[in-house]
Amino acid sequence: MGGNTAINLGVFSVFVLITLYVVYRAGTRNATASDYYAAGSSFTGPQNGIALSGDFLSAASFLGISGSIAVNGYDGFLYSIGWVVSWLLGLMIISERLRNTGRFTLGDVLAFRMRQRPVRAAAANVTLVISLFYMIAQMAGAGALMALLLDVHSKVGQAIIIAVVGIVMVLYVLVGGMKGTTWVQIIKAVLLIMCVTLMTVFLLGKFGFSLSAILETASRNTPLGPEVLEPGVRYGSTPTNKLDFISLALALVLGTASLPHVLMRFYTVPNAREARRSVVWATWMMATFYLCTLVIGFGALALVGSKDIASAPGGENSAAPLLAYEIGGAVLLGVVSAVAFATILAVVAGLTLTASASFAHDVYANMIKQGQADPRSEVRVARLTAVVVGLLAIVGGIAANGQNVAFLVALAFALAASANLSTIIYSMFWKRFNTIGTLWAVYGGLGSCIFLLAFSPAVSGGKSSIFPDLDFAWFPLSNPGLVSIPFSFLCGYLGTVLSKETSDPVKQAEMEVRSLTGIGSGLK
Amino acid sequence: MTKAILPPPDSRPARGGRGFATFDDPGSSLLVDEYGAPDFVALQDSADFRELRRRITVFVVPATCGFLLWYLGYVALSAYAPDLMGTPVIGVINLGLLFGILQFVSTITLTLTYARYARRRLDPQVDAVRSLTAEDEA
Repeated sequence: MGGNTAINLGVFSVFVLITLYVVYRAGTRNATASDYYAAGSSFTGPQNGIALSGDFLSAASFLGISGSIAVNGYDGFLYSIGWVVSWLLGLMIISERLRNTGRFTLGDVLAFRMRQRPVRAAAANVTLVISLFYMIAQMAGAGALMALLLDVHSKVGQAIIIAVVGIVMVLYVLVGGMKGTTWVQIIKAVLLIMCVTLMTVFLLGKFGFSLSAILETASRNTPLGPEVLEPGVRYGSTPTNKLDFISLALALVLGTASLPHVLMRFYTVPNAREARRSVVWATWMMATFYLCTLVIGFGALALVGSKDIASAPGGENSAAPLLAYEIGGAVLLGVVSAVAFATILAVVAGLTLTASASFAHDVYANMIKQGQADPRSEVRVARLTAVVVGLLAIVGGIAANGQNVAFLVALAFALAASANLSTIIYSMFWKRFNTIGTLWAVYGGLGSCIFLLAFSPAVSGGKSSIFPDLDFAWFPLSNPGLVSIPFSFLCGYLGTVLSKETSDPVKQAEMEVRSLTGIGSGLK
Repeated sequence: MTKAILPPPDSRPARGGRGFATFDDPGSSLLVDEYGAPDFVALQDSADFRELRRRITVFVVPATCGFLLWYLGYVALSAYAPDLMGTPVIGVINLGLLFGILQFVSTITLTLTYARYARRRLDPQVDAVRSLTAEDEA
């Protein structure tokens, strides 16, 4: 696309070296489990808020959504809104209660008043499944992205890039723990927001600060014409399509605040008030970011045009890089590419940390060692898990490279909304909720989500399916959330009502009082 | 030989351990057990905690239902009433785009409103409940 591979590589390398140095400096005193998992809860609300947005804004958001707006217009914008609105749930229901109740993982909260072993195992399973799916999608995306930005087209070359991404991310986690990873998120989030804001201001300036003028020019540069500004291009062709989008929107708005790597970030602040502040900051960052992608998406259409975007390697994902080249030449393209690369690295590092914490804290320390594990050996297990998870992600990413795995990102949200949200809500608000109910809700949500997906058009029977030549799809929607989220709530209810087990009223009182006030948590 | 002194027959030694906690002794009002750990069942039943829970509920429940309805309604309108959403309002900016931008505005507004409500109405009440325990003295 006219970019300069040497410049791109140079900017990447500088970014990796700087962040590795920061991680090294931040991580030298990583001794305790609390340091490794939660950065000693030493971050402030604003810092954690910026890091939250860094953890959350994947390359799929930056390149994917701006590209989707450039190609699908209104429907791309419609998709982006769920990513912002969803933070309200995190703000008002999840963040403060989670900070008060748990220490390091989701399992801490879910198992608080339940039988420890089965519930911790369930929480760890969900965390590992979601993290791995999400990571494989990111890693496969990294391959495609680097193909686009570095002009690497051989499968072997892309596999090497995926392996390098995996190794750097494991290094971040091993050397820096949560503190180092958080600083990577902060650096990346600031770079990303600065980059999109500058591009947006430039675009607005070019069109006389009139959004309407950008939209009008954009609509003249696409075969869709003015229709690009109206709903229906991407998600409106058939009734199934419409329902599919509603299912996706539901999973987005309910799933965000239940993603394990987002949940874990709330433990890096000292108390509930800072957790609340961090969501406020994150919401500002998200709103700014997605308003900018609106302008960038339509700006790409206005200045680059749909024909060039469609014919570029990488298709719609190349809209933002192409626009950067158009307005700032090879240097801005290099910067945008580096930011996109940083985005992938930071997100996968956050996921690796979350997965390793869940295994080491929930499975090793609380199940295998029954809560008697030596903190040092717990951290050792966590680091070892990070290496294993990193390897799995590299292998999975290479295997999935070239596949249409965009649905895996949406699946992670559906899984989080199905398996985590119902259990978090029930255990905080429903006195009778018990261990059986928790297990039914977790496994019911997780199982139904994966089961429905396996028989959906995303896996077989369509042109963009994983197995285009086979057809065993009978479930019409690619996004299972519309069914699996209510199903998980139903399972949790039935499991509780049908079991003879009574919940422990003293533990319930402790959890409720502690979740709202922090009494008993040792937090101030 | 002196007679052994029996411990006070009170089931709640936490209330100052004096047997008859009828005086306005601040130490006697703490809802803690004999080791100073918080008595969660008593706390859950205390007027201050119930007031905190009420204040949270009256804000969070309507606000959550409201934003979910507003967002899902917007999505449903975009899916099922594309002509309505395509009505131009300002220049080429149509009703759908305007509603979309309003989603951003409403999200930020609700976020700031909740943060303010929490600061003014919830945090002081949390402090009131916490002061029933020895939590902040250690």
